[in-house]
Amino acid sequence: MTATLTPPRASSSLTAGQLPRWTTPLLVAAAAVVGIVATLLLGGFNAGLAAFFAFVLYQVAIFVASASVEGTRKGFDRLMYGFVVGAFLLALVPLAWLAFTTLLAGLNRFDGQFFTWSMRNIVGEGGGAIHAIYGTLAVTGVATLISVPIGLLTAVYLSEYGQGKALARGITFFVDVMTGVPSIVAGLFAYALMGLVFRPGFVSGFAGSIALSVLMIPVVVRSSEELLRIVPNELREASYALGVPKWRTILKIVIPTAISGIVSGVILAIARIIGETAPLMIASGFTQSINNNFFDGPMMTLPTFVYGQYAYRSLPHEAYVDRAWAGALTLILIVMSLNLIGRIIAKRFAPKTSGR
Amino acid sequence: MSLTTERPAPAESSLIPSKPRVGDKVFKGLSTGSGILIFVILGAVATFLVALAFPALVSSPETLESQGFGEFWSWVIPLAFGTVWSSFWALVFAVPVAIGIALFISHYAPRKLAAPLGYVIDLLAAVPSVVYGLWGGIALASALQPLHAWLATYLGWIPLFSGQPSGTGRTILTTSLVLAVMILPIITSLCREVFLQTPKLHEEAALALGATRWEMVQMAVFPFARAGIVSAVMLGLGRALGETMAVAMVLSGANVIKIEMLNQQNPISIAARIALDFPESSGLAVNQLIAAGLVLFVITLAVNMVARWIVSRRAAFSGAN
Repeated sequence: MTATLTPPRASSSLTAGQLPRWTTPLLVAAAAVVGIVATLLLGGFNAGLAAFFAFVLYQVAIFVASASVEGTRKGFDRLMYGFVVGAFLLALVPLAWLAFTTLLAGLNRFDGQFFTWSMRNIVGEGGGAIHAIYGTLAVTGVATLISVPIGLLTAVYLSEYGQGKALARGITFFVDVMTGVPSIVAGLFAYALMGLVFRPGFVSGFAGSIALSVLMIPVVVRSSEELLRIVPNELREASYALGVPKWRTILKIVIPTAISGIVSGVILAIARIIGETAPLMIASGFTQSINNNFFDGPMMTLPTFVYGQYAYRSLPHEAYVDRAWAGALTLILIVMSLNLIGRIIAKRFAPKTSGR
Repeated sequence: MSLTTERPAPAESSLIPSKPRVGDKVFKGLSTGSGILIFVILGAVATFLVALAFPALVSSPETLESQGFGEFWSWVIPLAFGTVWSSFWALVFAVPVAIGIALFISHYAPRKLAAPLGYVIDLLAAVPSVVYGLWGGIALASALQPLHAWLATYLGWIPLFSGQPSGTGRTILTTSLVLAVMILPIITSLCREVFLQTPKLHEEAALALGATRWEMVQMAVFPFARAGIVSAVMLGLGRALGETMAVAMVLSGANVIKIEMLNQQNPISIAARIALDFPESSGLAVNQLIAAGLVLFVITLAVNMVARWIVSRRAAFSGAN
């Protein structure tokens, strides 16, 4: 306030009492240089330390400069602006670091052998993850087959039949609760179920699918329900007016209108569960070779492969760590491409909310 | 929006009664059944866990000593402490950053950039937990080791940082940082949603009265979003409590209760203990691990239900706006 009341000193009265526009870029550059020089003087360049110094320096400088020219309120505003942008930049650090490390270390073993060999009779170098890739596709595929019908029908109930009913409110609440079930608990559930139905200690690919379904169903329900709700009511009314029964209206009008969103929601749900490790360790176990029997015996998957290579290392360590990174890279590539496909479908074929 | 049109032609006497439709009944039955199946699944999760946890819960301490991991409660309480302790620090690290990012995307970034930037943060949620574990255990731990040494040397008088610092950096501090990165996207996206719902008029009124942008955020955005932030934090907490792989792959923890964050010996979480011990366990040991899983289930269920309750309560009174 006081800043605007001071008599104009600069040539333009409108910009008086404000820092010139080049202040921020100049201070950022100066702080960065000082930060880098400071770490060099302290012994060796360190990107993290330099960034930290530069950030603190910039914040102090901008606050002092702004507070003296523009007043403390404005200075505080600029300080908080720095923190908000800093928080965003900080979050990019692990993302870039993780992507970079995985790519660099993963490419060591990202070769033909990795995708054609299993780990059967392999000690030390060589070997591959074909058994794990096969297992991941099978376990995730069956989990999807279980979850999509249940999830979609539940969403249909919530949006088409359950409006305002106590049952629907209960289901919504418990779907939310189910989203929060820790993944390892889902694995223990599948293990316990199989143990009581078949025999104790029974592990199989199917048990893994059940565990993943527990995690996947709520995700499918939430995304499908949201999309069914935005299907315009006029479409339903038009269909009823033509004498079409409700179930055919849902199957032929409501679901086809929302189908692109539902498909993309399902793909995003697959992307979420395909990287689950803990439940598969419990329910599907570990093995070194391809298991063709989906319903009996341990079944390796890509995430458990990564964990296994990392946790049960023998000599030479590098061979195991390299395989783990290659597995991680494969997994990330799968998840990212699923995400991309899902988002593209959602964007390209989004339902028309306003009718025609 | 009312869905009065949902019910086609109520069978009134003056109209021709519609034929009873088999398809309708079947379809309604199927979808209602699926809805009820949600209850059944959640119930089954609880039931089967209790059924297999039961043997461990009723065994005498001596039996558990010889066949399992020792007396149940003295075994599980340090694990529960480790779970809560690592999640607590993950929240401390993640929440301010998440709120900052959410504010940046909702109120600070240029309009056109907001959506792509939000997508970039969502990418963090797409990374599988096992990859976080690998990164945390190999890359982050060794990079943070100098920080451990520095903290122990200069801030060692604080109880949290006392003792001999770990030489590998695989400590509860590193674990909490990995957990913080993992829960960052969920807290961010929920906070972002709430911040975007702030009534535009409140914001503009604040700005028109001469508030700076930060004062506007303080006066208009935060009071409106308080309940939303709390529930986002609770949901992030639920995620952190149940996270397995990041903890299991970074820590080689022990069953201890200690608050020092930089030492070789660290408390470990329930989920990680299960993951580490399960493959080599049999008999009563498995039952005991499942009982620990039941404890974790109860803890996360409570946290999530409280969070959802806050959300639904807020939805109830914000609907009037």
